[in-house]
Amino acid sequence: MNDYGPLSFKVPEPPVRPGDEPDFSDFEVPKAGTVRKPGVDTDANDIKDLATTMIRVLSREGEAVGPWAEEIDKETLLHGLRSMLRTRAFDERMMTLQRQGKTSFYMKCTGEEAIAIGQQLALSEGDMNFPTYRQQGLLLCQDYPVVDMICQNLSNARDPLHGRQLPVLYSSKKHGFFTISGNLGTQYIHAVGWAMASAIKGDTKIAAAWIGDGSTAESDFHAALVNASVYQPPVVLNIVNNQWAISSFQGIAGGDQATFAERALGYGIPSLRVDGNDFMAVHAVSKWAIERARRNLGPTMIEWVTYRVAPHSTSDDPSKYRPREESAAWPLGDPVLRLKNHLIKIGLWTEERHTQAEAEFDEEMRVAAKEAESYGVMGGGASARDIFEDVYKEMPPHLIAQRQKLGV
Amino acid sequence: MVQMTMIEAIRSAMDVTMERDENVVVFGEDVGYFGGVFRCTAGLQKKYGASRVFDSPINESGIVGAGIGMAVYGLRPCIEVQFADYIYPAYDQIVSEAARIRYRSAGDFTAPITIRSPVGGGIFGGQTHSQSPEALFTHVSGLKTVVPSTPYDAKGLLIASIEDDDPVVFFEHKRLYNGPFDGHHERPAQNWTTHPLGNVPEGHYTLPIGKAAIRREGSAATIVTYGTMCFVAEAAVQETGIDAEIIDLRTLLPLDIETIAQSVTKTGRCMVLHEATLTSGFGAEIAAQVQENCFYSLEAPILRVTGWDTPYPHAQEWDYFPGPARVGRELKELTEAM
Repeated sequence: MNDYGPLSFKVPEPPVRPGDEPDFSDFEVPKAGTVRKPGVDTDANDIKDLATTMIRVLSREGEAVGPWAEEIDKETLLHGLRSMLRTRAFDERMMTLQRQGKTSFYMKCTGEEAIAIGQQLALSEGDMNFPTYRQQGLLLCQDYPVVDMICQNLSNARDPLHGRQLPVLYSSKKHGFFTISGNLGTQYIHAVGWAMASAIKGDTKIAAAWIGDGSTAESDFHAALVNASVYQPPVVLNIVNNQWAISSFQGIAGGDQATFAERALGYGIPSLRVDGNDFMAVHAVSKWAIERARRNLGPTMIEWVTYRVAPHSTSDDPSKYRPREESAAWPLGDPVLRLKNHLIKIGLWTEERHTQAEAEFDEEMRVAAKEAESYGVMGGGASARDIFEDVYKEMPPHLIAQRQKLGV
Repeated sequence: MVQMTMIEAIRSAMDVTMERDENVVVFGEDVGYFGGVFRCTAGLQKKYGASRVFDSPINESGIVGAGIGMAVYGLRPCIEVQFADYIYPAYDQIVSEAARIRYRSAGDFTAPITIRSPVGGGIFGGQTHSQSPEALFTHVSGLKTVVPSTPYDAKGLLIASIEDDDPVVFFEHKRLYNGPFDGHHERPAQNWTTHPLGNVPEGHYTLPIGKAAIRREGSAATIVTYGTMCFVAEAAVQETGIDAEIIDLRTLLPLDIETIAQSVTKTGRCMVLHEATLTSGFGAEIAAQVQENCFYSLEAPILRVTGWDTPYPHAQEWDYFPGPARVGRELKELTEAM
């Protein structure tokens, strides 16, 4: 006799698909200001609850409330808002260039601007980010020349990466921005290794690792966590949970069974889950994790809960796999609007300045794009000689021979 | 000069570079307190401390990935993957990252990492303790691949690899760790401590990466080889009496085609000899380059003698390993071919 019924195979599905009403009814959003703030020297075991809740600072009314609401100096707040607006203007301009056929490819970060910018403004010079392709805000909130960024996207004569890399895969050591790889998750363990090196040398620099919800399924995510757990290096392990990995909802990465922040708990790494569209929360929590790292208290994981408003890339059409209106129904709103409302509330900003700033950045990007285009578009102006440089420090004989064969 | 085994020479290379450059760090599975499953790092943790020589979790992609991160910071990690048969979980990190970081960042970032890993069979290691995966690395732009065959070379090349600003995959033939091995498994094992090639300077020296060595001069044929097969080739030459020239590549990439071409131009015949499997093995590249460079000097087709295109078996060790009898037979055919 067989007491067992047939087994069934489970394949997670998002609650809704194209044509359905967006549904975030199961998505719990705690009220702003309700989650406690532990000391930076807290034991990972004492804050396990923070991996399943959501740290939020900005209330519905645009007020900064609760223990994570802290004084952020005026300049940082304004710089944060401006950088988010600038990033949005940059993304829009790059979309235009892609549609005009001036670049082959682009990826926006619409809706996620607060995360990279909020954290970068809490880092210090010499710290190193290990970003994915969706943290352009890290560069745009620093003094990285926007014309160079566009030239990278156009792969032209002034492309800092000499036309070798796909658009958006920037690199800038000077700006603490590690060279982006197309291979997902690989940078997460690099960040841990870099932080280990900083500790080995008795330095005070820290590393910031970045990964998306989908890529947490990659083996290197585990490699990073186990090494971070073992050696306790000064690293902030960011997970940007934007709900989507191209067409796969976060449940396909295991997100239906546990929060991404909870992944860290089994490694004994303190972990926080945070409203990623709340600039004030992003900055405060980043500062907390960075302080822990800098005080030699070890790694911290942060899951930033956000929503990927834009298509995955210019090669993607989200209306094929999710409701068109889903981003508008996203309960955590728009990070730009939320910070804007707060700054208006505290008298640092006005509707007029906002409108003016939007126009200014749009114009800045238009002018910058025009200048960048003068160095070539769609690979124009890139040198064939550059194919062979930098494979090795010195060009070996076989590459010299191949370069000669190409006649360059 | 002192007599060293290859293990001691490799350990000495790490010791010398760690002494000279405090950015050199050594880590991998069991390399710290225990000193490595092959003793290659014995005593280093005691001498340099656990922050420079340490054990790692069993996670090859983590070992290489963390090493890359450290190299990007400015350290010079010399890391170990316990057996080359276990390097595959790290393949993405080696191919997609270590090899490409300089290129994709236009020199903004570099990853001067050395990845040490024991290779090769002849030890009854079966499928996962015997492989020779060098072709999987010579195919990757941006990597250098080094395979020493003597204690003297091992030390000089390892120091050069650690000091090199490019990523180096450094394959150590584990059958050569304690002594040279010519494939005569029925005879007692030889020991480096009584062998002239076990003579190694104690201090700092380097050998150039990308330069082959002529192990034996000859006129009847050229045997292009590396690792244990250098000694098998010597045995085969001795036993057949065929006056072959033996080239030990020492570095597979960049390949010293000049030394090979000079020799084949002189001898007119070429055997490529390696332990790794035949199809798409590194021998195919050597044969292609010899064909391109020496076509008009060749008196016979280029011959490849290699492991069979099968996983490395256990019981059939000596039917698989290209030993001196097989190499001798093939050498005869090569030299008798019109």
